[in-house]
Amino acid sequence: MKVAVCVKQIPDPASDYSLDPATHNLVRPAEQVLDDTDRYGVEMALQIAEQHEGSVTLVSMGPSGNLQGIRQALAMGADKAVLVDDEELKGSDSLTTAKVLAAAIAREEYDLVIAGTESTDGYSGIVPQQVAALLGIPSLTYATQVDTDGSSVSIRRQTAAGYDEVSASTPVLVSVTAGVVEPRYPTFKGIMQAKQKPVDTVTAGDLGVEASPGQAIRSVQPAPAREAGEKVVDEGEAHLQVVAALEQAKVV
Amino acid sequence: MSHFTPEHHQFRRVVREFVEQEINPHVEEWEAAQMMPLHDVFGKMGELGFLGLEYEPEYGGGGADHFFTVVFAEEIGRADHGGIGMATGVQVDMATPSLAKFGTPEQKERFLAPALRGEMVTSIAVTEPDAGSDVAAIRTRAVRDGDEWVINGSKMYITNALQADWMCLLARTSEEGGYEGMSQIIVPTDVPGFEVSRKLDKLGMRASDTGLLTFTDMRVPVENTLGTEGMGFQQQMAQFVIERMWANYSSVGGAERAIRRTADYLRERQVFGKPLIKQQYIQFKLAELTAEVEALKQLNYATAASYQRGGDPTRLATISKWKAGKVTREVADWVLQFHGGIGYMEETWTARYLRDNRLISIGGGADEVMLQVLARMDGLA
Repeated sequence: MKVAVCVKQIPDPASDYSLDPATHNLVRPAEQVLDDTDRYGVEMALQIAEQHEGSVTLVSMGPSGNLQGIRQALAMGADKAVLVDDEELKGSDSLTTAKVLAAAIAREEYDLVIAGTESTDGYSGIVPQQVAALLGIPSLTYATQVDTDGSSVSIRRQTAAGYDEVSASTPVLVSVTAGVVEPRYPTFKGIMQAKQKPVDTVTAGDLGVEASPGQAIRSVQPAPAREAGEKVVDEGEAHLQVVAALEQAKVV
Repeated sequence: MSHFTPEHHQFRRVVREFVEQEINPHVEEWEAAQMMPLHDVFGKMGELGFLGLEYEPEYGGGGADHFFTVVFAEEIGRADHGGIGMATGVQVDMATPSLAKFGTPEQKERFLAPALRGEMVTSIAVTEPDAGSDVAAIRTRAVRDGDEWVINGSKMYITNALQADWMCLLARTSEEGGYEGMSQIIVPTDVPGFEVSRKLDKLGMRASDTGLLTFTDMRVPVENTLGTEGMGFQQQMAQFVIERMWANYSSVGGAERAIRRTADYLRERQVFGKPLIKQQYIQFKLAELTAEVEALKQLNYATAASYQRGGDPTRLATISKWKAGKVTREVADWVLQFHGGIGYMEETWTARYLRDNRLISIGGGADEVMLQVLARMDGLA
């Protein structure tokens, strides 16, 4: 089974970030890491490829930097990567991103496309569905469990109430939630092998996609400082106030 | 020139995450129990290739360059306690180097390969109740009886003693005195006559099990002798140098993290209406400690580079071992001081850090022995 996995290199969330003063886009340092949420997709893909004698191809868009994030996923065991690195794509909106990823995936042979639900730096949460639509394949989203016999895929789709069971024939796109599987640690051997694995770096033009970000950020305002919460003093009735507050927040 | 490639950085990230997820959540439990499940932890490390970095691929090693060991030790040194760093150091850089260097293919297949996979826990048995840094004073004696050594004696302060599957033992195998007539022998711990007579209660490194061993007519095949019979002292001295380098590398990881954690705390801690870190005295002291740790780190890298080039790292490793003891004791004392009362509480990491790091100036050759070695090497003695 041939699996393509959408992954993204992002600045290390543990370090400081800055925005470009002219474009307001996130400044991406050479040293980037694999988005943590993508590790679940990579792990899922590896497990499926191992069960069904397949291969795993990473598909990514963004500045190459020193490829550390991509190498991280290759070190986990993915076979190769396609990276679309194009200056003109900086600050792309989700639809442009989806067009680029879909074009890159379409060049590969695939039975299954796996993506995380959303990136940690972008958070639009709609790219996987757009990719599926552009490829003309069904999308099974928010998977907390994925099973496949090689020709069809069924998932547990997370819902507010629990989960739905949905399935589709391949080729299909699945977006997986964090926790769908436990990502493996790259082994020392995996790390050393990763540097020999092919990384195909292409531009939007190579894929026949128009390189235009599709959006411009006009201004950025800092988020308002968090306000102090409401203090409830317990005089015997506090539990009622707490329950009322939780109900108002629609938590219970 | 950087000694580190992108692969070293990847590896660092993996080890750091491993420590945060597989070690730190268990530290409180292990410290309370004065024991760690080493077969379990080493099994996980072995699967990831951590335990065999520089060893021959033929026996499951990684064939890595020495700076992977530097990275591994620095990152294990960042754990929430010193015990795992010490236990791991024994496994990869204290009990096994002589076996890898002098062992026969059969010995390596039987003892090294399972150690690198993490299936066998190992120990180094040199120190005795009356012979620590003065290794030439050891009395444990192996007398040949046919194809077997019959071994009598005792070994003290042995790390991993209660869990080890085999030990790299140094014993007298002939009547010559002083530095002559000693041999290194691999001792499986399930042989008759092997006994852990006491589990030792230590000031720090509490999760790491330490034992007093007694050998009574313990029989071990002569084929378990490592390298050249009678050259055990010389073989062991080379192994000691590698042991010291491990301790020096892991000290840096721990000290860097301790300073960073303390600075974070001092940014939060308000005294007289402002964060404590605004006090210039504190800034300067933290800067001084940072400079000391950086100096040690660069000395470590120089030692590692020399070792990697095939040079004799003894002089630099000796200097940095002495320095590591000094620096970590100073860091441990100051980070506790800057935490104030809460720093003295057992529930705060600073208390354990102080206790654990006190050992660096003693274990693996005391500060005074390092100075003696240096004085001799430089013709001062």
